[in-house]
Amino acid sequence: MKMILREKQSTARNFGLVAIAVLITYAISAGLIRWAGGNPLAAFRLMLISPLQSTFGIGEVILSATPILFTGIAVALAFRAGYWNIGAEGQFLMGAVFATFIALNLGDLPGFVILPVIMVSAAIGGALWGVVPAILRVRYGIDEVVTTLLLNPCAALLVSGLLNGPWRNPETAFPETLRFPEQTDLPIMIPGTRIHIGFGIGLIVLVICWFVVARTATGLRLRAVGSNLKAAEASGVDVKRVLFGAALSSAAIAGLAGGLEVTGVQHQLTDGISPGFGYTGVIIATLAGLTFPGVLAVALLFADLTVGSFTASRVLQIPSSVGDVVQALLLVSVVALLVFRRYKIVLSREAKE
Amino acid sequence: MSTWDGGLAHAPAIPRIQLERIAKAFGQVKALEDVSLSVGSGRVHALLGENGAGKTTLMRILYGLTRPDSGSIRIDGENLRIPSPKVARRYGIGMVTQHFALVGPMTVAENLSLTTGASGLLSRRRQSLAVSELSEKFGLDIDPDAVVEDLPVGGRQRVEILKALAGGCSTLVLDEPTAVLTPDDVSSLFALVRGLCADSGLAVIFISHKMHEVLDICDDLSVLRHGRIVSTQRNENLNIHELTRLMIGEDSVEGEVLVGGVDVEHARIAKSLSDRGSGRQDPVLSVRELSVIRDDATLVEGVSLELFPGEIVGVAGVTGNGQSELVSALLGLREPTRGDIQVSGVPVQGSGVQGRRAAGLAGVSEDRHSLIVGELSVAENLALADSNKFKRGLVLNKSGMTANAELAIDHFSIKATPTQAAGTLSGGNMQKVLLARMFQAAPEVAIVAQPTRGLDVSSTAQVRKELVEGAEKGTAVLVISEDLDEVLELAHRVLVMYRGQIIGELSGGDATAQRIGQLMAGVGGTP
Amino acid sequence: MITGLFDVLGATLRVGTPLAFASSGELISERAGVLNLGIEGTMYAGAFVGIAMAASTGSLSMGLLAAIVAGLVAGLLMSFLTVTLGVNQHVVGLGMTLALIAICETANRIMFTEGSGQVRVDPWQPMYQDLGAPWSQYWLTYFAFLILIPTLWIVINKTGIGLKISAVGENPEAADAAGISVARVRYGAVTFGAALMAVGGAFITLAFIGSFTIDIIAGRGWVALALVIFARWRVGGMLVGILIFSFVYAAQNRLRLIPELSEVPYEILLALPYVAVIVGLVISGRKMRYPGAYLKPYRRT
Repeated sequence: MKMILREKQSTARNFGLVAIAVLITYAISAGLIRWAGGNPLAAFRLMLISPLQSTFGIGEVILSATPILFTGIAVALAFRAGYWNIGAEGQFLMGAVFATFIALNLGDLPGFVILPVIMVSAAIGGALWGVVPAILRVRYGIDEVVTTLLLNPCAALLVSGLLNGPWRNPETAFPETLRFPEQTDLPIMIPGTRIHIGFGIGLIVLVICWFVVARTATGLRLRAVGSNLKAAEASGVDVKRVLFGAALSSAAIAGLAGGLEVTGVQHQLTDGISPGFGYTGVIIATLAGLTFPGVLAVALLFADLTVGSFTASRVLQIPSSVGDVVQALLLVSVVALLVFRRYKIVLSREAKE
Repeated sequence: MSTWDGGLAHAPAIPRIQLERIAKAFGQVKALEDVSLSVGSGRVHALLGENGAGKTTLMRILYGLTRPDSGSIRIDGENLRIPSPKVARRYGIGMVTQHFALVGPMTVAENLSLTTGASGLLSRRRQSLAVSELSEKFGLDIDPDAVVEDLPVGGRQRVEILKALAGGCSTLVLDEPTAVLTPDDVSSLFALVRGLCADSGLAVIFISHKMHEVLDICDDLSVLRHGRIVSTQRNENLNIHELTRLMIGEDSVEGEVLVGGVDVEHARIAKSLSDRGSGRQDPVLSVRELSVIRDDATLVEGVSLELFPGEIVGVAGVTGNGQSELVSALLGLREPTRGDIQVSGVPVQGSGVQGRRAAGLAGVSEDRHSLIVGELSVAENLALADSNKFKRGLVLNKSGMTANAELAIDHFSIKATPTQAAGTLSGGNMQKVLLARMFQAAPEVAIVAQPTRGLDVSSTAQVRKELVEGAEKGTAVLVISEDLDEVLELAHRVLVMYRGQIIGELSGGDATAQRIGQLMAGVGGTP
Repeated sequence: MITGLFDVLGATLRVGTPLAFASSGELISERAGVLNLGIEGTMYAGAFVGIAMAASTGSLSMGLLAAIVAGLVAGLLMSFLTVTLGVNQHVVGLGMTLALIAICETANRIMFTEGSGQVRVDPWQPMYQDLGAPWSQYWLTYFAFLILIPTLWIVINKTGIGLKISAVGENPEAADAAGISVARVRYGAVTFGAALMAVGGAFITLAFIGSFTIDIIAGRGWVALALVIFARWRVGGMLVGILIFSFVYAAQNRLRLIPELSEVPYEILLALPYVAVIVGLVISGRKMRYPGAYLKPYRRT
């Protein structure tokens, strides 16, 4: 069995491949759902459609989409430049940490002052967490996959250490911070929902990133580097600068996400502040084909699934983690099947050598 | 055209290897046509030819990496099929190419064990001993415990040879073995080869384009040109001029001054240059003692040259003599180890691609796929090298980029639209895009390497026309090409590169295909 | 004080057992040129499948066997995706980890956690209990340190198979030219490695704890990964790294009794392997010797 390059790609085939991926995902998750005693079709209807059937539901979906929108953007931006930032999770946490620090210590400042400060600090926190792998890559050519990845558990441990140490809640003695001062609460964007301005900021960041990548000289250089680093270099692009810039921007956006989550939703820092938002960002960016509009679409889809699986779990008595299964399976199957976009399997005798 | 006299009087009755009427085509391109070759044991048979002549394809067939469309292979008289390198090795065919298949951090002994397929428990001492034995048996001088990546190139080649011999080979194919060797290494190699032939009856196929060396080592030789064997002779009283002619082309006529295809225009330029003669301007490109040394190998040595405005200087030579490294160094893709490069008096070495472009030096290196970003559009590729000039405030000036692309498409007759992905263009059109990008910078010095390699006839003519026009407008053009016809057609002056050095400069009446061809093959010339 | 030390040493080996299995598996895989980010998920799979099977059949050995099978399946899938299809290794590895964790968690909830229940088995007990610490260990621990790691060292450094694996990871073209099937070696390395990782996970549920909870692996997969890189892909260094990390982890209770060190948060100690790898990378800079073909799928051109 051998893989050889196809001569032509066809949009029809690409759609077909994605369809097969969706089918595989459905088949496996349906199996799990049935095992759990639920009806797969009903389950999927609940997961996908029920959240969209009420204003409250839609509000929850958008709220849930906010952090992963940011991490999806962050990862897509980095991957677009050919910088494999797997550390969005840790950068998110560091953003949350920095935001927490400001909130706890400068919380008496008025809202319109402290909120921008928090957001900038969160971005700086994320960027700081991303700078070491960036330097290692740009200066020494050391692969950023492992370095960014390993900083994730470090960030989690840092959070844990802070929550069990200096930031432990004196009142409840739980590993959580005090509730932040009210001025630090992010304003609600759409009254009647929990949607905070974080989502709006996310949309702005999305548009900015899209704009920079598609419409500026910097973006052109970034795309060139991500597409063919050698050719970009040979064309006179300062590859190191592009990579470093992309790495830091990506980390900063992920950090900002952490800051917004901690002030917009939880209003305190806890161990569970991120149930894997950074990793979900990687899935989203990949499924979106690294396009920014795609990130928005996939983030909303995933949020829909997440919110929906809680409903499904309540109604059908199936575990809510089915939503996570669907998301991860979708990634693996789409990525696997899209290989056939460019290659086909050949089963000939000649191929046996 | 002389034919092989059979060598039967001198060799054992059945030749070790017989290739009979081998043909191979890749799509429309006929790589090999009716090729027959016979190699006797204990003899060195040289296969001479330029790049693209078909030598590599023929050897890949012999080594099982690819299959002939027709024809047969006989080994010791037996008609055999060779479907893979594994089988080739089983039949005693070993090959040493320029790309060493060695695992760097491992020792010589470990690399040998990989080849011999050692399994089970290995003892370092036993491995070393085995290698020492083999090494002595064949007269190589190899330290089994040396780490391969620490060995000099000559040493690594000897390890490759040992690998082939250890596998029990009776026919050794050496593909351009002297490409990266120092003269001393070359002597050692030749002594080794002669020894092996004499002692073990090894049959050797020696592939090369370097006539000078080939004549030192071979017993028989065959000349391959455009996929056909044009001559097979014994190495006795050979006429070098005749051989050069055979190797390079029958259309070059002895003794004639040839300035090639673009006759009229060329003569006009030549005339205008000579008119300028006495009022000799300052060189617009001045290269002094340029050297490129990588991994202990000196790839370019002390190259000095000057370019004057409006002239086209060709650098001829067979690929592999340092041209790629010279181009990389001149263009700033990989800075030279030593030497100066000045553009109109401004030193540019160390300033990278952008620095050179800003100073007025731009070019197109030989591998277009390392220069074109396939996923970006034609307009984007054109704008990439001057991205800051295509800005309107913060934003990319997309209409400006499109207009620029349209201008280029129009002028260079590029069959593409500005928004088309550059990777979907044909080779010829990609090359034109790169040329457009080069000229876009209005360079004082334009350097192009293998500008028409792999292009169809009309694209080739077009590219050459652009270079000539560029020179007319005052740009100094340096054309590095392995295609001798191209160099003859375009250049006012011809430099010849051999083994990393410029060994000769010819102009005017001296610049004949004959003379250049000889220099290319290493005959005559002063480094 | 001495008994304290013996206790700590004993705990060191216990804590180090899952790491020994998982790191060994990852080392084999990475030596062949495949970074398996599915390690965390594979350990989960081993842990869950092991205990689920043990609970349903009543046999811990069956559980272990099931865990091994789960690991082999995960490894085969990973090999297929990275070697045959040539998909981006880290994206697919992460995807596998996330998928396996989610599937195990779902299965756990379906099978066992009705009304806050939890699967429980009677775990293996340490052997030779009368000898006391540190000699009394689980049989899997003896296996890991006395059999697995030495055998791994011998195989990698002294056998033909080890040579082939290293060659494939270092320079697949050369290996291919030498007649070695790059694909076959990688399939074997990744699959076998995954089986080891699964055993590492199964140890925790079948011996150490005896039940399964979410977050039972708690990032040990990533620690194992870090240790392999820290060890520059050498078995000896890996063993040293495992022992140091496990010792520090096991000793953190004891260390708190020493006043000067009690201020050191336990989290910093846990972060040590990661920090050590990154610091190591910074120090050795460009000289860092990755297996040459790290992360690159191999296609014969």
